[in-house]
Amino acid sequence: MSTGTERTAAPRQEVAAAQDSGHSAGSTTAAGGLGAPGQGGGSGGGGATAGSTALPLRPKANLKLRFNRDRSLVFMALPAVILLAIFAYLPMLGNVVAFQDYSPYVGIPASPWVGLDNFARVLADPDFWLAVKNTLVITAFQLVFFFPIPIALAMLLNSLVNPRLRAAIQAVVYLPHFFSWVLVVSVFQQIFGGAGLLNQSLRANGWQAVDIMTNPDTFLFLLTSQAIWKDAGWGIIVFLAALSAIDPAQYEAAAVDGAGRWKRMWHVTLPGLRSVIVLLLILRLGDSLTVGFEQMILQRDAVGAEASEVLDTFVYYTGVQNGDWSYAAAAGLIKGLVSLALILTANKVAHIFGESGVYSK
Amino acid sequence: MSTLTNKAHTPDSAAKPPRQPRTKPERPIWDEEPGAAAKAGKIVVLAVVVLAVLGPLYTIVLTSISSQATITQAGGLVLVPGEISFAAYQQILSGGVVTRAVLVSVGVTATGTALSMVVSILCAYGLSRPGSFAHTPILFTLLITMFFSAGIIPAYLLVSGLGLINTYWALILPSCISVFNIIILRGFFMGIDRGILDSARIDGASEWRTLTQIVLPMSKAVTAVIALFYGVGYWNAFFNAILYINDSSMNPLQVVLRSYVLQGVSVPGQVDVGTGAAAGPALQMAVIVLAMIPILIVYPFVQKHFTKGVMIGAVKG
Repeated sequence: MSTGTERTAAPRQEVAAAQDSGHSAGSTTAAGGLGAPGQGGGSGGGGATAGSTALPLRPKANLKLRFNRDRSLVFMALPAVILLAIFAYLPMLGNVVAFQDYSPYVGIPASPWVGLDNFARVLADPDFWLAVKNTLVITAFQLVFFFPIPIALAMLLNSLVNPRLRAAIQAVVYLPHFFSWVLVVSVFQQIFGGAGLLNQSLRANGWQAVDIMTNPDTFLFLLTSQAIWKDAGWGIIVFLAALSAIDPAQYEAAAVDGAGRWKRMWHVTLPGLRSVIVLLLILRLGDSLTVGFEQMILQRDAVGAEASEVLDTFVYYTGVQNGDWSYAAAAGLIKGLVSLALILTANKVAHIFGESGVYSK
Repeated sequence: MSTLTNKAHTPDSAAKPPRQPRTKPERPIWDEEPGAAAKAGKIVVLAVVVLAVLGPLYTIVLTSISSQATITQAGGLVLVPGEISFAAYQQILSGGVVTRAVLVSVGVTATGTALSMVVSILCAYGLSRPGSFAHTPILFTLLITMFFSAGIIPAYLLVSGLGLINTYWALILPSCISVFNIIILRGFFMGIDRGILDSARIDGASEWRTLTQIVLPMSKAVTAVIALFYGVGYWNAFFNAILYINDSSMNPLQVVLRSYVLQGVSVPGQVDVGTGAAAGPALQMAVIVLAMIPILIVYPFVQKHFTKGVMIGAVKG
């Protein structure tokens, strides 16, 4: 690769505060002193690198010399690259079965090629479109009812003045993120299931028991509540980071100019969160076709396939369970490609609106 | 205060304002004191949120350690502590399916986390110096996998082609590295003061030595967080197990938990209720608690290190 592009990358070495629990006496702390100029709102002007310790430019050396110099670094990266080559890139090639009539008994080389037949079959399959519809409905629903919750919660937490109370609440709300889906669904089952806490007490008081865990009509709400319980707390971590990066001087200036609490929230806080919100929206849109795979598998028996079939489960059940490998691979490939297109498009749109997006060029 | 700070690393990404100290000991003077109603509202919302998380955990743990009589009296889940009994744990841990599943999960989690950490730390350090040989191509090789994944079917065909079906390696190798975690580690390593690394080199330290004796001791917090991410990933893995493991004696705890609590399989010993053994609900709750315990033990030590820098640096990768 050309050394030119790598050279431009050198100044990105901003030295950030890199100390660990105070053990490392030697590490220098540059937390406050970095990039004072050029901050403000989401406009994202340059200047952060000003004053940072730049990596000394490496001498332009020929490839062999550079390889000898960096040999150990390359070897260090190698195990990960090999694992990715086997478990991420090789399966990409394995997608050729989507163009075959694959049979596990004869293997990929001997299976007959059928061109785009599988794709035609998939696109004509009402079950596939049901899965697409469910997936998109769930994504849209969660975008409206899940996505804003971490933002609101982060702003609420940020408004707490007592740092210890804030840290304690953070510790509690992050916790469910680390539980497995099996555990989360089990907990819901114990609380809301037919024999769960809620229905026990309803019955004890002479009321009718409510059917929450097995009702396909309300499954969307159930799914979203589970997702909120598990991940909404964890979601605030990114927003808290963005909030803490807002310069208090902006609030002060706004307050001096007579902006009240709500005006400051609208004109200072939300603009400060904008680029993170855009970033997460892009990621979410790119992931539109991936919703709650494990959640669905776990609850499919309870609510039925009609309500719980999403693209991933469609691929899993038609392929692994029913042995229609090529057909399922075709559906999976469609999903992968559409997802890729979605994330690239969303990123493009973000660039057009002046945000940096997931990657910048 | 320990921080995992981490600036955005893309050369032309938007300028990040400097970090402000996270703790504001006092309300700034320009900020008016909120009214009583607003304060009460805040307290109520936060209390509801905290209760919604802790309430279910409380009642489940309590039920798992309650005696049959207490559970019957409560008519299901126990909210008020009554007679305490560890019979449920004795029963499920006295050998048999649950015990074996716990051993499988512990083994897979320990082996997997160790392997993942070694591979990820090496890779992150290897990529921590932009401009080094093959830096950009290798980085791209990693990043592409974040945008396009091959899908379930080819992954299954690969694992079965490698002969890993019904082996514990199938639970470890396919999920061994997370590019996301490597990027977080790399971001942290890149933030380490160049001067320290240079002086190590001048003193004659090789890259390996610099990594193990200088970089890693400086990165305890971030390695703890990443180890937690990997460990939790292995411990919680459920789909890999139902996909790649057909032999029920090799099932990890999550699969066993599902069969007992969600699929209505009776927990061994449940039939003995008449003979005074632990009640069904207590047994189910005990299995749930077993699946939670490692997380509840490790989490408090690691969570204080989740500062925002970790995540921001990561998403900006």
